[in-house]
Amino acid sequence: MINFNLNGTDVSVEAPEGATLLSVLTNQLDANGQKFGCGKAQCGACAVHVDGERVISCQTTAASAAGRSVTTLEGLRENGKPSKLQQAFIDEQAAQCGYCLSGMIMTAQALLDINPKPTESDVRAALNGNLCRCGTHNRIVRAVLRAAEEA
Amino acid sequence: MNSPFTIDRRAFLATAGFLTLSFALPRGALAEGASKLPGDLEKNPMLNSWIRINSDGTVTLLIGKVELGQGAVTMAAQCCADELMIDMARLNVISGDTRVGPDEGTTAGSQSAPYCAPAVQQASADVRQMLTQMAADKLGANAADLVVEDGTISAPDGSHVTYWELVQGDELNVAATGEGPLLDPMKYRYMGKPVMRLDIPAKMTGEQIFIQETNPEGVKFGAVARPPTYKATLVKADVEGVGKMPGVLKVIQNGSFLGVIADHQDQAWAAAKALETGSEWQVESALPTSDGIFDWLKAAPSELTEWVNTPREGGDPAAKVIENEYMRPYHMHGSIGTSAAIAVMDADGVMTINTASQSVFSTAAAIQQMLGLADGKVQCVHTHGSGCYGHNNADDASADAALLAAAMPGTPIKLQYTREQEHAWEPYGSAMVMQTKAGVDADGNILDWNMEIYSTPHGTRPSGNAGNLLSARYLEPPFEMPTPKDGGPPNYAATRNGIPIYTFPGTRVATHFITEMPLRVSSTRGLGAYANTFAIESFMDELARNAGVDPVEYRLRYLEDTRARDVLTKCAETFGWDAWEARPGFGRGIAFARYKNLAAYTAVAVEVQVTARNGRVRVVRAAAANDSGQMINPDGIANQIEGGLIQSLSWTLKEEVKFDDTKVLSRDWASYPIITFNEVPPIEVSLIDRPGEPFLGTGESAQGPTSAAVGNAVFDAVGARVTRLPMTPDRVKAAMPA
Repeated sequence: MINFNLNGTDVSVEAPEGATLLSVLTNQLDANGQKFGCGKAQCGACAVHVDGERVISCQTTAASAAGRSVTTLEGLRENGKPSKLQQAFIDEQAAQCGYCLSGMIMTAQALLDINPKPTESDVRAALNGNLCRCGTHNRIVRAVLRAAEEA
Repeated sequence: MNSPFTIDRRAFLATAGFLTLSFALPRGALAEGASKLPGDLEKNPMLNSWIRINSDGTVTLLIGKVELGQGAVTMAAQCCADELMIDMARLNVISGDTRVGPDEGTTAGSQSAPYCAPAVQQASADVRQMLTQMAADKLGANAADLVVEDGTISAPDGSHVTYWELVQGDELNVAATGEGPLLDPMKYRYMGKPVMRLDIPAKMTGEQIFIQETNPEGVKFGAVARPPTYKATLVKADVEGVGKMPGVLKVIQNGSFLGVIADHQDQAWAAAKALETGSEWQVESALPTSDGIFDWLKAAPSELTEWVNTPREGGDPAAKVIENEYMRPYHMHGSIGTSAAIAVMDADGVMTINTASQSVFSTAAAIQQMLGLADGKVQCVHTHGSGCYGHNNADDASADAALLAAAMPGTPIKLQYTREQEHAWEPYGSAMVMQTKAGVDADGNILDWNMEIYSTPHGTRPSGNAGNLLSARYLEPPFEMPTPKDGGPPNYAATRNGIPIYTFPGTRVATHFITEMPLRVSSTRGLGAYANTFAIESFMDELARNAGVDPVEYRLRYLEDTRARDVLTKCAETFGWDAWEARPGFGRGIAFARYKNLAAYTAVAVEVQVTARNGRVRVVRAAAANDSGQMINPDGIANQIEGGLIQSLSWTLKEEVKFDDTKVLSRDWASYPIITFNEVPPIEVSLIDRPGEPFLGTGESAQGPTSAAVGNAVFDAVGARVTRLPMTPDRVKAAMPA
């Protein structure tokens, strides 16, 4: 049994030896944000927070989350409503297919947590390891800056 | 925060008188002749196949097009809510479900705006007309005196009735007449406005919406083992050994097809990997390699079609002949999420598949043939997936999930490819060669235009044929892949945008269509349009330089369509073309195309900086202008232009599928890099609205012009004409004058 806290709730899960945090979150705990993109730490689609830090969940074993706090995209919601950052993404319509966005938002939140007033180049640098194929990059940058401005 | 795009509505004032007239008549009658219903309504005329009025005061809109992340569903909802005169909040949209709703074919080719939107618009207007007449009968009033507000129809005496009171049974089970009057655009609440996408909030907050995060009760995980390369035969697989791996429930072998079902996804992948690496295969090494592909294309047996051959009549021989040859490598769709599907075979023998396919109807038919099932026994339900940008692996994932689910009836099987499988096995955008030749007069004016195109196919979608499904070719007995056909007018395939939009005294365009496919290929954003526009618009730049004329002015000499001229001019204006000042290492470039010569008009201008030391290109900024006809959703159009432009920068500067004589070598994002945040320039988009004009598809229109704009800017900066894409630093450096 692996025990950890997921988005504010204690969870207990039996996972096969070596199972990734990504797979356990997605397929066993029904968390929806993080996505499988590459399994090689090349795209950032599976980024989540473990104890507040950005973690690539396809490269992290579920066992390593034991006793820690895991936050996924839905965990950012505030009282069931989109967080300031999520709302800024909605307001900027910063999506096409949206598959990469959980990773984008989790990465941007980790940036804002330590740098609440980032410059545009801070945002681009922070997101540079997250791939977007639809070409929504500039909208994503605008959304992060908007959230910072409104904070 | 600045608005990301600007809208030019000058055309509205100029044509306002015409507008009133055009909207008093059904659009279909104007656009296509009185006998035809607009768009996909012609093929699916029954009103209840599009619209259901529910007793709880909601309305269900059914469409056959699907949401690929390009806003098609929201756009259809805008049209429906406006023409039905209801609040959009009442609408629930079902899209791409073979069990219900209209068959609108494939969601591709920038065809949702021109085919789905007018159909929804007219079906909704017909329903409103019908319900208004029913209300008139019920209220004892004249239909003309009734007012509709959010589904409530009121008579002058204050009596009223709602849509949901009027519809009690199958009243909508009638064919559309096309006679429902379309709304005066001044009364639109949603159309023409930047309405927020309906699917975006769920995607931002982590509500379950994608296939990849869906887990039906009792789900098990499937995975397939691919051979080392295309032409491979399985000699021996360790089915028994892999069957004993942790969590493995079943190993399926059928001919050279190998699949597994396991309790957990990681276990399924591990078992599939063991099958891939541990099996013995007989492999053929006969690929022309990524460096040899262009010579191969020019030498391969092909079918030659002269699409245009209108020689110049009389006049002097050309003073000078200018030629060039351009090359486009294989490109990947490169979805960020690997393709996935969930399939389950129920007790009645019906296979239901959650799929991200663009072609739910014809993919269901192909899978049905593969499984040898009867008509109606395979149902596909479109579910959100990662953006596909054409025919990627979504259909194959659906077929593979079905193959495994058929081996374990009653159990839902979820299958998602690994990154290696997604990269190495998807059907790429074909490599192409374009040879251009122009005869010019002494002043550099074009007299004779000639372009020859070499390409393998651009369309191998499932199309109801199991032979188009990857795994079906490895089954015993194998399904044979049908020989693909090239597409002719008006959409074309290899020759898409190969016929210049410019008017020259003499024009010839011919295509060498090669049906042999060294690498697997199919529809990738724009088909031939990206490469053909790259060639035409690069060559126009060369010809303008030869003539010593500004490239905008030079193009305008040959561009008769006023909307095309407006877009090109608007783009130059947005970029600040005339005020631009040359400085060392920097360059500007512009290019234009009307997608398919019948869809949206887009021009793109870019400024680049080229580092002379190593040939590295940085795109400093970009500007685009677009005319998509009457705009349904301006923000959606801007989003498509920005996205297409950025994706095309990635193709143009970085992307090439690499392969040796045996197999594809581009198997992850390190070996097939794409554009990242630090490389994306600021983009300014200007939209020209054309109220009263038909909706034109936008999705693929920025792809072509962007490539040539970059090439032209690189030449402007350092005098390097890079003709083989992508424009990697090495190639730019090699093309620079010594």
